[in-house]
Amino acid sequence: MAVTTHPKLDAHRLRADFPVFEQPIHGKPLAFLDSAVTSQKPRQVLDAMREFYATSYSNVHRGVYTLSERATEGYEGAREKVRAFLNAASTREVIFVRQATEGLNLVAYAWGLDNLGPGDVAIVTELEHHSNFVPWQQIARRTGADFRMLPIDDRGELRMELLDDVAGDANVKVVAANLVSNSLGTINPIERLAAWAHERGAIMVVDAAQAAPHKRIDVQTLGADFVAFSSHKMCGPTGAGVLWGRRELLEEMSPFNYGGSMIRSVRVEDTQWNELPYKFEAGTPAIAEAYGLGIAIDYLEAVGLEAIEQHEHELAEYALERLAELPFVTVYGPPPERRVGLVSFNVDGVHPHDVAQVLDWEGVAIRAGHHCCQPLMTRLGVAATNRASFYLYTVPEEIDRLVEGLRKVKEVLG
Amino acid sequence: MSEFDQLYREVILDHYKNPRGHGVMENADAEAEGQNPLCGDEVSIYVAFGEDGDTIDDVMFSGRGCAISQAATSMLTEMVKGRRASEVAAMPKEELLEEIGIPLTPVRLKCAILGLTTLRLALHKGKGTPLPEGLAELEDLELT
Repeated sequence: MAVTTHPKLDAHRLRADFPVFEQPIHGKPLAFLDSAVTSQKPRQVLDAMREFYATSYSNVHRGVYTLSERATEGYEGAREKVRAFLNAASTREVIFVRQATEGLNLVAYAWGLDNLGPGDVAIVTELEHHSNFVPWQQIARRTGADFRMLPIDDRGELRMELLDDVAGDANVKVVAANLVSNSLGTINPIERLAAWAHERGAIMVVDAAQAAPHKRIDVQTLGADFVAFSSHKMCGPTGAGVLWGRRELLEEMSPFNYGGSMIRSVRVEDTQWNELPYKFEAGTPAIAEAYGLGIAIDYLEAVGLEAIEQHEHELAEYALERLAELPFVTVYGPPPERRVGLVSFNVDGVHPHDVAQVLDWEGVAIRAGHHCCQPLMTRLGVAATNRASFYLYTVPEEIDRLVEGLRKVKEVLG
Repeated sequence: MSEFDQLYREVILDHYKNPRGHGVMENADAEAEGQNPLCGDEVSIYVAFGEDGDTIDDVMFSGRGCAISQAATSMLTEMVKGRRASEVAAMPKEELLEEIGIPLTPVRLKCAILGLTTLRLALHKGKGTPLPEGLAELEDLELT
């Protein structure tokens, strides 16, 4: 068997690309362990966006003049980079949205309103972020469809064996799940979920916001019908995101927003929609942001998605090992081989806000809260957790500082 | 003192670790619940009035929250006992913040005044006192 090896990622070297690490926080070097909420930005992206605004900026798909052509080239060039990044069949399947949330709402509204009704079922998982949970709950309510949830086990992994029980003999129309859980880091078996969904005649909607930054996604083998992710979690700017969808589904769907750009012709009697992907891109898009996402993809590809995944896997393993040294810390989620570089935990008897606050004074930034996953928090029996999440610029020394910081938390508040 | 030592100064830690008035009051004259959905903090406040029906005889609280919200609510129970409902309903939040005596970021400010806001809601429900001024600015708090 041929073994492909990928050059190891040098996080210490990559850190130099990120200007944010040049400043001290409370007099200490910044350990940014909250990349799941949003990632920091490399100089390459910041510089390219500045250059784009300074030399190539105008509106897209409009003018015949040079600047507009350059802007369009930058924007559409980014679309092609996204297509290649996902191994999508065509750029027509790549829709720019504001972020994963908007992409998921687009599907829930534009597909759900026309395809769900009484007797139908939408299934989400207990691991979902609110952005892939609430849209289906609400659209199901509006259409009279049933809304159900696939539970997880105690390790935070989907109970796939319960799929048939959850569905019963109802008409399952949509299954919505994240590829990677933002709360526990669980990597979900989307291929199996999608195969099950398709067997039942349902579509598979995938929230890839926590996956796209960290591991290779191939939409032609994943089995999903829709995949959404955000630029800001993968070294790109805020305000840009992607919805990939199967062309035949996108063609049949009604638009989500009406306005400029998504129109072929408008008469008083009726309006004809523009072709894909523009049918779903009403109004002036986030041009420079989409361009910046393209630069971020260049950056990630240069580092290597496989190398990033491997690096984070090693960090997760190390973090779990180090946290196990602390008897007052409870860790949630699956074993390291089935999670990305993300660890959720609680300090016995100490509220996550206090943990995060004490760590902040040590220069260590982590997230404390319910992570927009209240159903999951209910399942874990907690109001909130602490979450440390890693990226390509994370080094093991930062995990050491987290562990030392947690000892201080225990000393002060325990 | 460093910022850190200020935020978790001794008196805060004392109230956090040994909260005053902590528990559920059976047959309270007035009660209310407040939640901060941002951090999952929950507090229930119970009030017992004296014979004149207006003086706050006892205040208790239950729920869960961070050190700041728990300590602030604990301090609050000591501050309002023996005072009239109408007076407490009109008490500016600065009075509590002064007692807490530490610099608070906007996020932590919400933690600190969750108890006070919930107490005022209880007084409103029990005695019809006006709702706290600036309740609108507390739109993140869910009060029931």
